[in-house]
Amino acid sequence: MLPILVFLPIAAFIAILLGSPARFTAIAASVANLALGIWAAATWQNECWNFSLPVLEKPALNLAFGMPDGMSAVMILLSVIVTLAAVLTTKAPAGSERLHYGSSLLISAGALGAFASTDLFFFYAFHELALIPTFIMIGLFGRGDRREAAWKITIYLGVGSIVLLAGLLWLSSLTGTLDMNKMIAAAGTIDATAQKGIAALLLIGFGTLVSLFPFHSWAAPAYASAPAPVAMLHAGVLKKFGLYGLLRLAIPLLPDGLQAWLTPLLVLLLGNILWVGLVTISQKRLDGMLGNSSVMHMGYIFLAIAALIAMPSNPLAKPAAVLLMFAHGISIALLFGLADRIERSTGSLDFTDLGGLAKSAPSLAFLFGIGAMASIGLPGLANFAGEVLVFLSTFHNYNGTAGLSPLQITCILAIWGVVISAVYMLRAYRRVFHGPSVKATESAADLTITDRIPALLLILSLLAVGLYPNLLLNLLK
Amino acid sequence: MNSLPWQLLFLPLVVAVINQLALRRGPIAPWLSTASAIATLVISLRLLGQSGTFNIDWATIGDFSIQIGIKLDQLSTGMMTVVTGVGALVHIFSLSYMKDDAAKNRYFTGLSLFMFSMTGIVLSSNFIMTFIFWELVGLSSYLLIGHWYEKNSAADAAKKAFLCNRVGDFGFMIGILMLWGITGTLAFDEMKVPAEISAGVLSAAVLCIFCGAVGKSAQLPLHVWLPDAMEGPTPVSALIHAATMVAAGVYMLFRLQLSLGFEVFEGLQASAVIAWTGGITALVAALMAVQQDDIKRVLAYSTLSQLGYMVMAVGLVSGEAGMFHLFTHAWFKALLFLGSGAVIHACHHEQNIWKMGGLLKKMPLTGITFFLGFAALIAVPFTSGFFSKELILHAAHEKQPALFWIAATVAVLTPFYMTRFFIVAFLGKPRSENSDHAHEVGPLMLLPLILLSVLAVGAGYGFAHKLAPAVPEHAGEFHVNFLFWVSVTALVVGAGFALLLYTGKDKDPLSVPVLKNRFYIDGLYDNFIVRYFQDGLAAIVHFFDELIINGLLVGGISRSAVSVGNLFRKVQSGQLQGYAFAIGIGAALVVYFTVFF
Repeated sequence: MLPILVFLPIAAFIAILLGSPARFTAIAASVANLALGIWAAATWQNECWNFSLPVLEKPALNLAFGMPDGMSAVMILLSVIVTLAAVLTTKAPAGSERLHYGSSLLISAGALGAFASTDLFFFYAFHELALIPTFIMIGLFGRGDRREAAWKITIYLGVGSIVLLAGLLWLSSLTGTLDMNKMIAAAGTIDATAQKGIAALLLIGFGTLVSLFPFHSWAAPAYASAPAPVAMLHAGVLKKFGLYGLLRLAIPLLPDGLQAWLTPLLVLLLGNILWVGLVTISQKRLDGMLGNSSVMHMGYIFLAIAALIAMPSNPLAKPAAVLLMFAHGISIALLFGLADRIERSTGSLDFTDLGGLAKSAPSLAFLFGIGAMASIGLPGLANFAGEVLVFLSTFHNYNGTAGLSPLQITCILAIWGVVISAVYMLRAYRRVFHGPSVKATESAADLTITDRIPALLLILSLLAVGLYPNLLLNLLK
Repeated sequence: MNSLPWQLLFLPLVVAVINQLALRRGPIAPWLSTASAIATLVISLRLLGQSGTFNIDWATIGDFSIQIGIKLDQLSTGMMTVVTGVGALVHIFSLSYMKDDAAKNRYFTGLSLFMFSMTGIVLSSNFIMTFIFWELVGLSSYLLIGHWYEKNSAADAAKKAFLCNRVGDFGFMIGILMLWGITGTLAFDEMKVPAEISAGVLSAAVLCIFCGAVGKSAQLPLHVWLPDAMEGPTPVSALIHAATMVAAGVYMLFRLQLSLGFEVFEGLQASAVIAWTGGITALVAALMAVQQDDIKRVLAYSTLSQLGYMVMAVGLVSGEAGMFHLFTHAWFKALLFLGSGAVIHACHHEQNIWKMGGLLKKMPLTGITFFLGFAALIAVPFTSGFFSKELILHAAHEKQPALFWIAATVAVLTPFYMTRFFIVAFLGKPRSENSDHAHEVGPLMLLPLILLSVLAVGAGYGFAHKLAPAVPEHAGEFHVNFLFWVSVTALVVGAGFALLLYTGKDKDPLSVPVLKNRFYIDGLYDNFIVRYFQDGLAAIVHFFDELIINGLLVGGISRSAVSVGNLFRKVQSGQLQGYAFAIGIGAALVVYFTVFF
């Protein structure tokens, strides 16, 4: 059944190219995929989702899909939710509807394919497939310095992908298979030196894709420039590929190798949280602020990964990471989607041009407020549950008799990020929505009912998981 | 399982959600919120004396589970009567006070959200749940302080309150993590400190948790948000920033002591830090209150000072005395805030006490009830404030003489600044048109004032002890001893000086810039810490981020790629080719390496 999920967006893309009405087709495919995705996530253990089609005999290459654990199910769920929201948010200029809707569908198919693949080649190739429309859309329809942003993300992710590819090839040559399940079953056969080398390649490769400090500087300009649906899909879904890859492959296969890089990883993730956090504070535009904040929050997921590296038997870290990936994906998509609405209704995202928007656009203020609160980890919204579980996971083996481990000290420093994100988020909210109205916001239009639907879809997901995290955690058992 | 406590917790949330979704327009929302507040008061009274713990799993991973649970005991049920009692009266008062506000439905939705959050803190059975509702209380406070968000001052105050609390919560979260490690549990019922834990580690954990209380209960050095929070509507100040939310820090610390056992805290270094923080806050805030001219700010600094008393008592491991003061203070301080709300309402939003005067004649009922609250705050013998303050002084006298004399100094300052306030605002002649035209407020505002003034006087006596979250030994007893004479002397000296100085004056004869400018702490924060330290550091980091990582290393490559792209564009017309070319090479490499390597 998974091939349907993956190829439905591609089929819709082809239909749009052949002349079927773009918005309608894209929405129909995304709604169908949402239903299918929820079903898949709810019943991921069922055999019916697995699929394998031989493509090449030598080397043995299969187009194989499956959900080896709940993590894939949650990522698929995230993809279908954000895809529908992104498609609904799309407002394409006349004449380029096909390109706008088609690219969203392709990115979605690529992400779904990557999360559902159990074959290393397709795992990698689907992600690359999703990157192509991302680059093109930023280059063609981005805001501001779109060409530089497009080149930067292309080069960064291109180089990152090649480093990653080297690591994956090394891995597959050592285990002698491209089948990820067989690979993982062969864990323990890889010697420590090779592990160390592969771990470095995967950390840098996957890390670049997730904007791990200091390979992060592609992300903020790209998201600030990208059309809203592309930013939503990339920051919300596609970026999680790197984290997913680390959790899926690196953690089970390279326990010793990763251990060797634990200290550098702790430093780098603090770079994400504290360094990029401070960069975020000094942003002067809402889009730049959101782009940097999404880089910053990756640090918390890396913290969970570090907890898993430091204590491979830690039961909390992986569910915490997956929960936070889901929460972050939904909340950042919500914020990018609504920021686009702010720009459409006021003509600017520069803090100095804005103020008092809550007066003229109360719905926009309310919904954006929920997104802002989610992003600073307010309880009741999913991000809090993820963050608090990450923090708890790092203190899992602390008992008060021994001193704090480097991991726990890192966690304590990382918690300061909770203050930093409140500073930049509330400042931004203050500057955009509060205070007296200014020229740009006096007669700004509020959201229409149709505008609200994608935001509500995302908010409901955040609330459902935030109010009762077991909803998602039960999938990860 | 008893469903009553769950109704108590969730009723206000349900009302807030209904208000937000269905009743944003129309006249129903305020009444619905008020009805739910009264209903929760009834439930709270019925729960008095019950005990037990009820948990449901909220986030489960294997054996580990974060629970949402309700713990009923004297502390929580007593605290609930305070929260819902003040809450219900503030709702009733607001019906009239906010009658003409365009956004009154949003206001009442915020109040209901607050009632839900506060109930959650009080009933919580474990530390994560406390933290959850702790943050939600912060949110509702943010929304209500920023109710008039079009005003820059209100929007800034809301943000400041949230951020100061977040700074405190940074420590709080670390403390929870450490305590979880030390005791192996998050639940209040099961917490025990193993013998092998060193006092230093325990102190560190307790102090981290105390950070949370410093933020929420506005102790030095995070006190700056509370006076600014007076930008919110006055009934909000009465409920949140005087009676309940700001007391949550004291409540949480006492809950911690109760779970770990008081003996653990005796002689612990952390306890001394807590006691001194409270004592210094009490003194410094009282000094600041002496030179304030805004009717609400005087009360705000007095709240800080009284919270300092409570925190000091907890630090002295005499938390019962602190909780008892919390109980009496809630009523008389809510009364004083609502009374000043009535004054502000009657004086057309005049808040400067020097532009008031003669209000006792203009609005006698408000004036008399205000006087009763004033008497309780300055601890006139036989009022509730007298009994509870005596217990705190008694604890300090027994355990820490230095703090006792600090507390006694505060007991001089409190009657001084409050008598100044009362003389200037209520006695003498009206000093502005607004106060000249003031007239008595309506029954919906008078009713809460009268009920609160009964409690302000009577809450110290035995009949009220059933309602209190904690009743120390000797509560409500009256002895003429050394402490009594210290208190009475303090009262007479403080009030007497104020009478001499301020009777018949039209402007402040005292001018102490250090006090007026609140020891320059606010300025230090705004200018130094926020502007230079945080924003300056952020700007420097931003600069290096652009320069090193962005500008030299990879930005250079991408810029040269742009020129390559330009070249292609010139050659092949259309930049799409540039991307397609790059991607094509990438794809070719992928296929080559994967299949043929």
